[in-house]
Amino acid sequence: MANMSLEKIKMPEQKPDVRNKNFEEVALGYTAEMAVEEAQRCLNCKHKPCVSGCPVNVRIPEFIAEVAKSDFMAAYRVITSTNALPAVCGRVCPQESQCESKCVRGMKGEAVAIGRLERFVADWYMANCDEMPEKPESNGKKVAVVGSGPSSLACAGDLAKAGYEVTIFEAFHKAGGVLVYGIPEFRLPKAIVQKEIDKLSALGVNIMTNMVIGKVLSVDEIIEDMGFDAVFIGTGAGLPSFMNIPGEALVGVYSANEYLTRINLMKAYLSEYDTPIRKSKAVAVVGGGNVAMDAARCAKRLGAEKVYIVYRRSEKEMPARLEEIHHAKEEGIEFHLLRNPVRILDDGNGQACGIECLKMELGEPDASGRRSPVPVEGSNYVIDVDTVVMSIGTSPNPLIRSTTKGLETNRKGCLVVNEETNQTTREGVYAGGDAVTGAATVILAMGAGKKAAEAIDKYLKK
Amino acid sequence: MFRIVNKKELNSTVTLLEIEAPFVARKAQAGQFIIFRVDEMSERVPLTIADYDREKGTVTIIFQKVGLSTKLLGAKEIGDSIQDFVGPLGVATEYEGMKKVAVVGGGVGCAIAYPQAKALHALGVEVDVIAGFRSKDIVILEDEMKAVSSNFYLMTDDGTQGEKGFVTDKLKALIEGGAGYDTVIAIGPIPMMKFVSLATKPYGIKTIVSLNPIMIDGTGMCGGCRVTVGGKIKFACVDGPDFDGHEVDFDELMNRNSVYKAREAELAETHICRMEKLAQELI
Repeated sequence: MANMSLEKIKMPEQKPDVRNKNFEEVALGYTAEMAVEEAQRCLNCKHKPCVSGCPVNVRIPEFIAEVAKSDFMAAYRVITSTNALPAVCGRVCPQESQCESKCVRGMKGEAVAIGRLERFVADWYMANCDEMPEKPESNGKKVAVVGSGPSSLACAGDLAKAGYEVTIFEAFHKAGGVLVYGIPEFRLPKAIVQKEIDKLSALGVNIMTNMVIGKVLSVDEIIEDMGFDAVFIGTGAGLPSFMNIPGEALVGVYSANEYLTRINLMKAYLSEYDTPIRKSKAVAVVGGGNVAMDAARCAKRLGAEKVYIVYRRSEKEMPARLEEIHHAKEEGIEFHLLRNPVRILDDGNGQACGIECLKMELGEPDASGRRSPVPVEGSNYVIDVDTVVMSIGTSPNPLIRSTTKGLETNRKGCLVVNEETNQTTREGVYAGGDAVTGAATVILAMGAGKKAAEAIDKYLKK
Repeated sequence: MFRIVNKKELNSTVTLLEIEAPFVARKAQAGQFIIFRVDEMSERVPLTIADYDREKGTVTIIFQKVGLSTKLLGAKEIGDSIQDFVGPLGVATEYEGMKKVAVVGGGVGCAIAYPQAKALHALGVEVDVIAGFRSKDIVILEDEMKAVSSNFYLMTDDGTQGEKGFVTDKLKALIEGGAGYDTVIAIGPIPMMKFVSLATKPYGIKTIVSLNPIMIDGTGMCGGCRVTVGGKIKFACVDGPDFDGHEVDFDELMNRNSVYKAREAELAETHICRMEKLAQELI
């Protein structure tokens, strides 16, 4: 008999006023007892609506049934048959708009905590039986993977398992892409990402860091001079946007990318690292996505007394995961909603000292279907801050498209691919993740990487 | 890891290192830069490429030991390795159409001005080099610059070597004297590049400056290196580092580069601790 509780089993968390002073993980994960109890809430629906909400089609009711039987190993096998990075996805997927949004239990009460269960299973496996995979026999074919974020990791993993000699080229000094430079430690511990990368190494994937493709090697040189049979481009959407308002060049104004990279990749929060970061008293983060929440919560942890989210629409339109908005509020982040910055103020010494905002009202829905904000004339006011973090989106990096002939891109600079195969407009060159879609989610990128791996396998077996 | 194969102290604070980096050496061109990181705890720091040897697979950098990272780098010896060395980054200098060029170097900027003069000289372009230093004891690369220039002018602020005066004085005098430069390439401290650009503007001589703002990744991803050029935001790492000196907002750049001054001072302390720790580990 199913557990008919209307609510999910709560996941233990660090207390808000404790965790907003450290970088350790916020959510602590289910115990085995909690996981089994939550798993019993699943009705094991025949038509499996949740699976249709998952970009990589994890066989959700099947793995949950194993959890309910306490066979966590079997649950792990079910998940990893379609998802190579469950410990990551269980933590960062927007489940409320994917699998859990389709859950029948959600019609009356809360959906089954699919994300938390996925995380539990992955963590259980890591803690109890984490053997490294073995390198399969080589099929003699070489594939280059450019970038090492979620799409690249998924693509490289699948290809390596199929016997390809895979080399990952990463521009930074460390592999992992947005999982290491973007998402903070308190949301996704870097040891988990490292474990996934170690698994790829065990599968025989060669990881070359400090390689900026488009500069040190072109895609053509990878194919012609280095003898790779196919290339996957997973270079993400790394170029930060600015608002083009006065004051953005002042000292104290960061892009979210810079702010988060200094903190997450370069460990500015640890005193033994040399990385400098501004010691802020009051910080305004402009934007309403997960990246904005991450930046705001990092600022708080670095000791800022006041941290504000400034977002031009209302909370309902915020693209961030519900849990991140909730956690940010608990940690003392103040939300200035329906506010749009018009300029950043100079203290007279070239340092930011405030952000002037205009109040907004919601008008008619725009192309994205969200109601578009309309400014209220004369409603300007100033928030006193010494630091501003711009988190209003990113676009794909032009380094590869501008140095590779025959790679078509759309108006936004995203690589054009065949939807079935993720092949670009060049034969043998595939792409996936944010480089194709523009800024999106980890799981969509992974899905694209897997799809490309399958297509590359078919292409090279021809 | 990237091994140091040659080291020279050019003066008391300026060091030359030749580093094994075959992939970078294969592609490097004058005007491009690299980013180095000494060890796991270090910052990523950009430096313009001073020279390269494609056959040996080495890249040469010349730097002034001013901050923690450059001091750590300067403490490395031949045979030691550094953690990271990535490049070549940025756009190479465009020499097309140049016939007579004044290359102006200021202080350690001469380390970058020299390869520009060398590249132009190799292309058969007529090059005058004006090199400025504070004083005699910090003059670097004098013979090298002489060898690649038609006329070489050495200036010192205190007159202890060459002529007394600033590079801008000499440049103006040469232009007034009918030198007929079609281009001026200025590389050095920000104020020097600013005043060279101001000096050439009335004559309408195309002036290229090489900027070195704070950056992290060098691929356009952090936006930390943004500079205002012609009223527009540009990223020095991917749009530069060369820009039209008449369009650059130098005052803004100077302000932005001062962002971590306090932190630098604080780190100077930490640096001593780390150096001591390293020394102890060696003993």
